[in-house]
Amino acid sequence: MTSPNSGPQAAPLDWIALSGAKPSGKRPYFLDDPAVERVLAITLAIAQEVAVLRERLDTVERLLEASGGLKRETIEAYVPDPAAANERAEWSRMYVARVLRIVQQELEALSSPEKNIELSTTADELGRT
Amino acid sequence: MSIWPSPPPYSLVGKHGVSPETGHDDRARFNFLAQLNTHLATHVLPGNARAFEQRVKPQFVKEMGREPEDRHEVRKAMLADSHFQMWSALRRSSMELRQQNGRAVVLRQLDELNAKAAALNRDSTQLRLDPTLAIPAYIRKVDFHCMPGGYITEHAAEDVSAAANYDIGIFATTGGGLGRYNDGAGHAVAHWLQTHASTLKPKRILDLGCGLGHSLLPVAEAYPDADIIAIDVAAPLLRFAHARARSMGVNNITFVQANAESVREPDASFDLVFTTMFLHETSSVAIRRILAETHRLLKPGGLCLHLEQAQYAGLAPFQQFMRDWDCLYNNEPFWGHMHELDLEALMETAGFSRAAMFQSKADAIVDEAIFGKANPDVEDYGRKATWDVFGVRK
Repeated sequence: MTSPNSGPQAAPLDWIALSGAKPSGKRPYFLDDPAVERVLAITLAIAQEVAVLRERLDTVERLLEASGGLKRETIEAYVPDPAAANERAEWSRMYVARVLRIVQQELEALSSPEKNIELSTTADELGRT
Repeated sequence: MSIWPSPPPYSLVGKHGVSPETGHDDRARFNFLAQLNTHLATHVLPGNARAFEQRVKPQFVKEMGREPEDRHEVRKAMLADSHFQMWSALRRSSMELRQQNGRAVVLRQLDELNAKAAALNRDSTQLRLDPTLAIPAYIRKVDFHCMPGGYITEHAAEDVSAAANYDIGIFATTGGGLGRYNDGAGHAVAHWLQTHASTLKPKRILDLGCGLGHSLLPVAEAYPDADIIAIDVAAPLLRFAHARARSMGVNNITFVQANAESVREPDASFDLVFTTMFLHETSSVAIRRILAETHRLLKPGGLCLHLEQAQYAGLAPFQQFMRDWDCLYNNEPFWGHMHELDLEALMETAGFSRAAMFQSKADAIVDEAIFGKANPDVEDYGRKATWDVFGVRK
């Protein structure tokens, strides 16, 4: 299980591959088609990286606005004050809600069945009445 | 009312002497996951109850002529429901992202991090590792909460990476629910002791399955004159825990690599023995042996406490099923068995008197100026920072 390899000839650690390593145990798939779930996992990772880009850009804008000039280290060291943190959190809440809109709408369909009637049913009804 | 949003930005998570360095994008990833998990708990998870009541249960009743009798029947029926499928797929994926993010931070600075820990640990008499210790199967075979390699894998000599990854990601999974230093459970234990056992002045305290020591430090600070032994089987956790405690100025704990099933300490040698979120990561045989050890190790009049999520007994099958999600889907294989055990009966078998047992609740205690108060209406089964306390006096 353990494999200390810090000797002088040890190959450098492939931290990228190791970061994404699979945990033990068979992975549970929940969606009817596992391929769709794999695409979901990829989509969620992309969603995360878009959030990261947006936060970085937000930092750049705020720092530029504050100072007129900018260094990379200043971005790395940036920590938001409460006002900025609240604005960013608001953006994040909207962002997650945007990405998961379809889930929200499926739930609304479940909680308001009267607003989830097949259009053909309504068309028939309107044709009859 | 906090001036910060909930969850707060990752930049407010507390730093200590073995905190990995994080860049802007690392923090942004944890911010995203904290928001995502909060959204899932608040807006998506409640749909499972709706789906169960409105379509899963009626269908089950139609086919079987009765309601589901236990959580296994609920699970079988819910696994076919599209909402449960989507919520579960998102939650599982979120756990996997959290592991990848934490590991990417830690593993790319592995040597520097291990060197920081080694410098804090060097020549200490309060870190006692035992490389000959047999690792029990329930720790060796399970990558808990989908942590690749579990608690024990070492990528280098004197490795602390498993612990560092655990430490930096708790914020994302709980949306900051355990506080700046992930110590909300420890503060809850310390507060509980000072409220309900104010006459207890423990000279010796034992923490079984101490992990990173994150739930122990507030107790150690509450009893600065006590001599504290913290044991765990995983060397990476103990190295990190010792270095972390040192860097935070807590010096009354000795971290010992040992198995909680057989602790090499004399009979009746502790005034207080406790565990926090530990028993569910053991096994059916081990938990009985651990409880017997707590009885052997306690002094007469001593106190034993265990913090765990609520037991299943008395809960409706659907509630049990929701609480059981982590068991099969987030690598907590003993979780389900543990939560259906009659802990009082087990403690009685271990030698304790039923009359001396008690149960109560404890909520995480965090810095509300930063983290605000947890929304009592949001139930994130198994993740919520609120626990049952199982206690007994010897």
